[in-house]
Amino acid sequence: MKYLPTARLDRFLEDAAKLRKIYVPVDGEQNRAAYRLWMPGTVVSKALNTTRSAKDFFFPQTENLVGFRRTEKKLEIVDPRRETEDFAVFGVRACDARSFSILDKVFLSDPADTYYANRRAHGLVLSVSCRRPAETCFCTAFGIDPSAPEGDVTFTDDGEGYYVRANSEKGEAFLESLSGVFDEADEAGEKEARAQTKRIADRLPLGTLPLEKFGGGKTKDLFDRPEWSSLSESCIGCGTCTFVCPTCQCYDIRDFDTGREVRRFRCWDSCMYSDFTKMAGGNPRLTQKERFRQRFMHKLVYFPENNGGEFGCVGCGRCLRACPIGMNIVKVLKTLAEDGNES
Amino acid sequence: MNPETMLPAICTVTEIRTDTPDVKTFRVVSRDGKKPFEHLPGQCAMVSLPGIGEAMFSVTSSPTDLEWLEFSIKKCGHLTEWLHMLEPGMEVTVRGPYGRPFPVDDELLHKNLLFIAGGIGLAPLRSVIRYVRAKRENYGNVEIIYGARSKADLVDYDEITTEWTRDMNVHLTIDRAEDAWDGHVGFVPNYVKELSPSLDSVALVCGPPIMIKFTVQGLTELGFRPEQIYTTMELRMKCGVGKCGRCNIGAKYVCKDGPVFRFDELGELPDEY
Ligand code: SF4
Ligand code: SF4
Ligand code: FES
Repeated sequence: MKYLPTARLDRFLEDAAKLRKIYVPVDGEQNRAAYRLWMPGTVVSKALNTTRSAKDFFFPQTENLVGFRRTEKKLEIVDPRRETEDFAVFGVRACDARSFSILDKVFLSDPADTYYANRRAHGLVLSVSCRRPAETCFCTAFGIDPSAPEGDVTFTDDGEGYYVRANSEKGEAFLESLSGVFDEADEAGEKEARAQTKRIADRLPLGTLPLEKFGGGKTKDLFDRPEWSSLSESCIGCGTCTFVCPTCQCYDIRDFDTGREVRRFRCWDSCMYSDFTKMAGGNPRLTQKERFRQRFMHKLVYFPENNGGEFGCVGCGRCLRACPIGMNIVKVLKTLAEDGNES
Repeated sequence: MNPETMLPAICTVTEIRTDTPDVKTFRVVSRDGKKPFEHLPGQCAMVSLPGIGEAMFSVTSSPTDLEWLEFSIKKCGHLTEWLHMLEPGMEVTVRGPYGRPFPVDDELLHKNLLFIAGGIGLAPLRSVIRYVRAKRENYGNVEIIYGARSKADLVDYDEITTEWTRDMNVHLTIDRAEDAWDGHVGFVPNYVKELSPSLDSVALVCGPPIMIKFTVQGLTELGFRPEQIYTTMELRMKCGVGKCGRCNIGAKYVCKDGPVFRFDELGELPDEY
């Protein structure tokens, strides 16, 4: 077990940055923290979490999948990929760390998405425990422990520094090559730091949610519930909830003609958008109600049905803060968990 | 399937047939002149004109066509309009095959088959029908009920009337009477009820959603069970491999778990297609 006093965080990042690019959360305007490339002088944010999730590192908002050149009748394919550099992301919280294993279930399932797989192989997740989870946090409802996040290396915050533990071979090797900056520590300290966080986490107002009513096999019970109308009534279909969500992964594929070549891009898309399922012959999800329902049914029923019961939400609370109409997954869960017609 | 699912193969269009005023069939081979990949009847592939778009089409040739793939494509949007302007020798990209095929080598084996198609709906069934004809001894009696708006809109009319009639019972119908037509006139669902096909067969139904709906209603009235009826579904698709989320219905992805579904399976899905 290793220990890194807060005062030595900069030195750790400086040494780590010599081994690979390292990204850290940095404060921005209006308390909006975002991941930035660490450079000497970069101040690591103390915010609990970043405004956008960390999914960009493995599933960027836009990416060039393939290019095409056309000469008269002939076509030529250009693979735009260059070898991805090794990188590390420091400061990933328990919710986002879990979101990666959820994204893995989508992108690494057969046939694996090689673009995503390549970034996962080159990326190192350095997660940090949440000393004080926020009132909008409900990771614990989904069985996530904010005091012991997943990731290649876990940094457990005790207020004055971090207990540092590797969870993977990759993480082990990384710590090995930086051993100079760490102190040796015993596990009891880590245990105590975790216990402190757990005491707060256990009292989170949203920490328990009525999830028994949801999960695989519940389509018939939930799909036709009349409450979908009132829940979705004010939704403006802006897609913000899907963009900030660490587990939302729907995407679009589009071609862009640069004049010299055609580039085929993948970019984030949203099931909340009216044209998401639009076809030449019509649209199976005609109103916002159907689109809204899709987002929540996917996270709470369809995803668990296909993935051994695991829900497609990690309780990060981003959609609670970001939605312009104050709608969110917690309201959806609570409303639907009440028996619709008590007859 | 190529493990690099997003890198398509470049294929040459070697032949283009005009089937109806708005349907053309494109024959494609890979650059080395061979069939781009092996598929099973009912499976689909992504065909693209880079810069214009990419969309999912049913492979309409049969696996027993050894040298090429064919796609019968109806002009109904931006990409398909461009495809209809292609000339032989031009190149397109193709990736696939995607999805679950009709169970031609298991559940359908040795069964009596009842194909019911409306308009361009014949396209996905054409692959199965050609496969069944190539292995005719493996299947029982075959009935085909096929209808379109007019005679000119019947896809593959020549092949149907000269070849398919040799080893299968073909029943054609058009929506409205015309001078040069002495066959049946009327909509497919009604014709199906009139013909009252034998209950000991498996039905494969394909066409516009409304035609499928009424046909299946009719079959049900005749006594067909949902387990005896198959169809293929059409939804918007982007990735073809169950990841982009586009074609998700309930816990299924049409690109991966379909496009072929049995009606009892469809009954389990939310009504959203
Ligand atoms: S649904 Fe909301 S709370 Fe759940 S993971 Fe997505 S953004 Fe976070
Ligand atoms: S953020 Fe809110 S308003 Fe916007 S799409 Fe999501 S639920 Fe609807
Ligand atoms: S087309 Fe992307 S999930 Fe089916």
